[in-house]
Amino acid sequence: MKQLLSGLVVAVLGAIVLVEAHNTSEEGHSFRDWPITFSIAPQATTVAHAPEVPTANASPPTPPTLLSRLWRVLSLRDYNTRVVLLGTTILGITAGIVGTFMLLRKRALVGDVVGHSALPGIAIAFLVMEGLSPGTGKWLPGLLAGAFVFGVAGAVSVMLIEKYSRIKPDAAMAMTLSVFYGLGAALFTVVQKVPGGNAAGLKTYLSGKTASLITDDVWLFAVVAGVVLTVTMLLMKELTILCFDGEFAAADGWPVFWLDTLLIGLVVTVTIIGMQSVGLILVVATLIIPPASARFWTDDLRRMTLGAGLAGGMSSFFGTIMSALFPHVAAGAVIVLTGACLFAVSLLFGTKRGVLIHWWRQRQLRREVGRVDLLRAAFELVEHAVSAPIPEFDELTAHELSLADLLMMRTWDAASLQRLIIAAVREGLMHPTGKDTWRLTRSGAEEARRLARNHRLWEMYLMKYAHIAPSHVDRDADLIEHVLDPELVAELEYQLDHPDDEIPQSSHATSVSSLE
Amino acid sequence: MIHEFFQLLSGWSSLDTAIAGSAALTAMSCSLPGAWLVLRKHSMMGDALSHTALPGVVLAFLFSISMKQAGWVSAAQEDAFLQLFLFVGAVVVGVGTAWLTEWVQRLGRLEGSASLGVVFTAVFALGLLLIRLDVDNVHLDVDCVLFGIIETAALQKVPGTSIPEPVLVNGAIFLANLLLVVLFYKELKISAFDPGLATSLGIPARGIHYGLMAVTAVTVVAAFTTVGSILVIGLLIIPTATALLLSERLSVVLALSVCLAAISAALGHALTLTVPRMLFSRLGYPTIEDAGTAGMMSVTAGLLFLMALILAPGQGLISKLIHRLRLGLKISGDDILGVLFRFEEKTAMRPIDISVPALVARQNGMRPWMVSLSVRRLLRRDLVTRQTSGELVLTDRGRESAKSLIRAHRLWEAYMSKHFELPDDHLHETAHRVEHFIDDDIQERLQSELNAPTKDPHGKRIPELSDS
Amino acid sequence: MIWDVDYDAPAGKLIAIVGPNGAGKSTLIKATLDLVPKVSGDVRVFGQPYEEQRTRVAYVPQRTSVDWDFPVSAQDVVAMGLYKKIGWCRPVTRRWRIEAREALDRVGLADFSRRQISQLSGGQQQRVFLARALVQRADLYLMDEPFAGVDAATERAILQVLRDLRSTGKTALVVHHDLQTVADYFDHVLLLNMRLVASGPTAEVFTEENLRRTYGGRLALLDQVGTRLAEGQ
Repeated sequence: MKQLLSGLVVAVLGAIVLVEAHNTSEEGHSFRDWPITFSIAPQATTVAHAPEVPTANASPPTPPTLLSRLWRVLSLRDYNTRVVLLGTTILGITAGIVGTFMLLRKRALVGDVVGHSALPGIAIAFLVMEGLSPGTGKWLPGLLAGAFVFGVAGAVSVMLIEKYSRIKPDAAMAMTLSVFYGLGAALFTVVQKVPGGNAAGLKTYLSGKTASLITDDVWLFAVVAGVVLTVTMLLMKELTILCFDGEFAAADGWPVFWLDTLLIGLVVTVTIIGMQSVGLILVVATLIIPPASARFWTDDLRRMTLGAGLAGGMSSFFGTIMSALFPHVAAGAVIVLTGACLFAVSLLFGTKRGVLIHWWRQRQLRREVGRVDLLRAAFELVEHAVSAPIPEFDELTAHELSLADLLMMRTWDAASLQRLIIAAVREGLMHPTGKDTWRLTRSGAEEARRLARNHRLWEMYLMKYAHIAPSHVDRDADLIEHVLDPELVAELEYQLDHPDDEIPQSSHATSVSSLE
Repeated sequence: MIHEFFQLLSGWSSLDTAIAGSAALTAMSCSLPGAWLVLRKHSMMGDALSHTALPGVVLAFLFSISMKQAGWVSAAQEDAFLQLFLFVGAVVVGVGTAWLTEWVQRLGRLEGSASLGVVFTAVFALGLLLIRLDVDNVHLDVDCVLFGIIETAALQKVPGTSIPEPVLVNGAIFLANLLLVVLFYKELKISAFDPGLATSLGIPARGIHYGLMAVTAVTVVAAFTTVGSILVIGLLIIPTATALLLSERLSVVLALSVCLAAISAALGHALTLTVPRMLFSRLGYPTIEDAGTAGMMSVTAGLLFLMALILAPGQGLISKLIHRLRLGLKISGDDILGVLFRFEEKTAMRPIDISVPALVARQNGMRPWMVSLSVRRLLRRDLVTRQTSGELVLTDRGRESAKSLIRAHRLWEAYMSKHFELPDDHLHETAHRVEHFIDDDIQERLQSELNAPTKDPHGKRIPELSDS
Repeated sequence: MIWDVDYDAPAGKLIAIVGPNGAGKSTLIKATLDLVPKVSGDVRVFGQPYEEQRTRVAYVPQRTSVDWDFPVSAQDVVAMGLYKKIGWCRPVTRRWRIEAREALDRVGLADFSRRQISQLSGGQQQRVFLARALVQRADLYLMDEPFAGVDAATERAILQVLRDLRSTGKTALVVHHDLQTVADYFDHVLLLNMRLVASGPTAEVFTEENLRRTYGGRLALLDQVGTRLAEGQ
């Protein structure tokens, strides 16, 4: 948490320094004049496939080579590149961190509703400001305030519909989203017809207006992000208890309703300013994808929060760079796709919950199960062959085990049994004595004794306490013994009053015949 | 103002009819698969599909154009191929989205809505990217994709006729959906209600899930040109949500949602022509003549939902309010009768110096106006009369009614005293709360279960009903 | 719903709440904690209204009530019981973490404090919840089925903790499902089936007659009138 806080301070300070640096040097060089544009102002209004109509975006005067553009972007030589990168990165970090709690509260899609609901707010704010004093309609804080009001209204509507009708939450969300968005769509046609109201500038809110971010915007983001992050950090503990166990929190006297409201408020705020980088349709992605990716790497909430911030920041950073390199490419889409790639990588390679590590653990478990089965089969084979009730240590190492005998012990096929034996030989538990015959080594015999003992303790426990018929015991014991940890074994010894080192006799009349 | 409304509406032209008709058929075609999404609690899947359809559409356009450019098909054939690709693309997208969501959810051990959120945003972003990347080749306008262009689409006629193209396309989709619902009604119903049961009965619940997704995606893509990618979700979900407030029978809900869809579409267009001009001319923007029909359809559907939420019989807020009010009147009326009866019982005297309504109001924590309303109700029903001195007395009818109430009260006390471990002085409060809900039938059962007691636990007589 | 439970819990005792499924055992606990609405009645803790005595009450919810995939460790969960004491906006410092670890030690999970909670067995998860209640240092413990589906080690650990609590004068109300062990584990018993059937010292109340009344089916009339009452609310 301390790290996170200091990271935040550095980020915000960084913002200030970069912006300050510009104010004293390269004034008057707008991002919009830059030859590479990633604005997506649509020109026509029909679905027509008209390759003969040239588009405004098509040909910048003299396109520099990709390499030189890459260098130009990466070296951060352009003031505007710095501003845009800084702005989107701040937004990405903030959204990732707030999104973590939304994801854990299991309300991942609320951001979607809020984002879409904000559309009419922008249009109405524009109309109001334009009506009050023409020409001021695109004042950013005003537009954001409108968006905020309608975002909150969207979230509240979902809540009210759930409360006052029997409509399910998913339908309530879908409805709210489309009604608000519909109102926004209708109002935007109106806005277009307002004298002087060229809606193109407003439309960028749909899919992001990264290209035209200016210093003032970034200032605004930095301040808002700073506030949001500070609140989140301060209330980390409270939000954790809310998301993990709301009922306990309520019983403990925490104001659960207000904490929930606060969390929604944070999400709305992040959504509204996040629209600047990816647009209101995709803003939910910046709330969901980073925390979902981070979850694959850690089991710790603090690290997950940090990781989500990092993932959000990274996808915004690289997404912005990519879109600066390629004309025609909408920055919002690239940022989201970069995030999606990070997600895919995390899904596969995540060290805690990734697919590969999961698969690997499963494989290990299967091998472990196989090893246990093999050694116990060997033990039982010897037990069956010698006359004494419990085979002695020497007898275990002396007895020759043949493939055919071992095959009889379990329902396994020759190929998989042989694989198990090869693994056991490699581990030094068995050693070959001829073709298809093996003996247990000393460590193998020890392990076999231990496993057989655990197995039988468990059998006895089941029969004594769980009232399971002896004929069923073996299979249940087989299932559980792979997960017998030392704590449980000690418990069994205690429960069954069993001395430390003795192996109980099998509960079956003869263990082999009962298997057949 | 109403006059102005109809005046504006009188400018309705044949184009408006075409637009309204196209919109209505689009909405109707959407409402059928949408209904099942709502019933299966997969509404946000509709949201996801309406977003992920984008790359399908873009790819279909790119394919058909490159086929034409490669000279494989003539310009005349191109349109047919485009339609085919759109259809195939929709099926792929629908099934793909559902599959990918499920896959990410299972592999990543994520919550369902989170995995949906990851998948649909990523795929939508891919679609946006495709549009921009090939902007020289195909001009598929982002605006059109996001908001629809019903006004222009309705202008395109089916070659050789005067039927607008969307009417034909969406009408056909509507009929196909209707046919599917009729054919698979039983299977859809059971797999929405209990997928586990469906599977055990041999109905492939998964197959139905993916089938529904494919049909939804095809419908969404067909609706693309008229309402745009995101507003489709409104047409999918809102009519059914409204219908669910109005009826509890599935077949009625389905029929209602189709009707509501058509109404929201047609009404939406009518409102587009009138409301914006009326509103904005007053706000000082005389140039505004209309707003986008697609958006207004969604808003209209939302308004219909709001009306249903407030006005629906039984479920609606007003009807709930009336129910509460009636119940409050009944309870305070009952209580007045009860107090009067107990006075008669105890002292054989009229309550002279106590204002009964005030007493009841205080006991129940009710507002005085509510109680005086129920006094008026009792007087009207001839259950009590007001004497010249002002106090209330029971009439014979009132006495019978009060008897039944007191009987319910004391029978319940006897019942609780038998089954509950409670001190006797705790019985009254609960019995007082419950007595209003114990009708003759339950009294009868209490009576027989308790072996016809004559006294309550406090030793008070349980009155007999006079006709028994 | 449950009807009219009028019960004075004796202080310093272990009290079992026993009854069939759907008898309202959990509801009783939750109503006590103000987690579900009450039609009427009030809860007093040590003679004061519950609202004023919150800090003296600790709650152990059912294990199934939370998402165990949540990214926190056993120690983090136990520390949640201390959040109220730590106060708004303050971080969980070392001192509190040590306190949480001590509570984990008391329930025999000292070695598991850093483990993510989904990697604990069901019984261990239950003990984590118990430890979380212990750090609250309450006087009254309300536990919802702590013995449900746990292993023998956990059962013994929980029982030991309960007895320790009693010996320091604390009271515990425990929803319990295993009739076999009621007499061994608890001093008092509260028999519940939609209403309080009987209550008192185990030796007196835990009789065959009372059990038959408790488990002898639901009262159809209570159900029916209850439904109407709920509709009227």
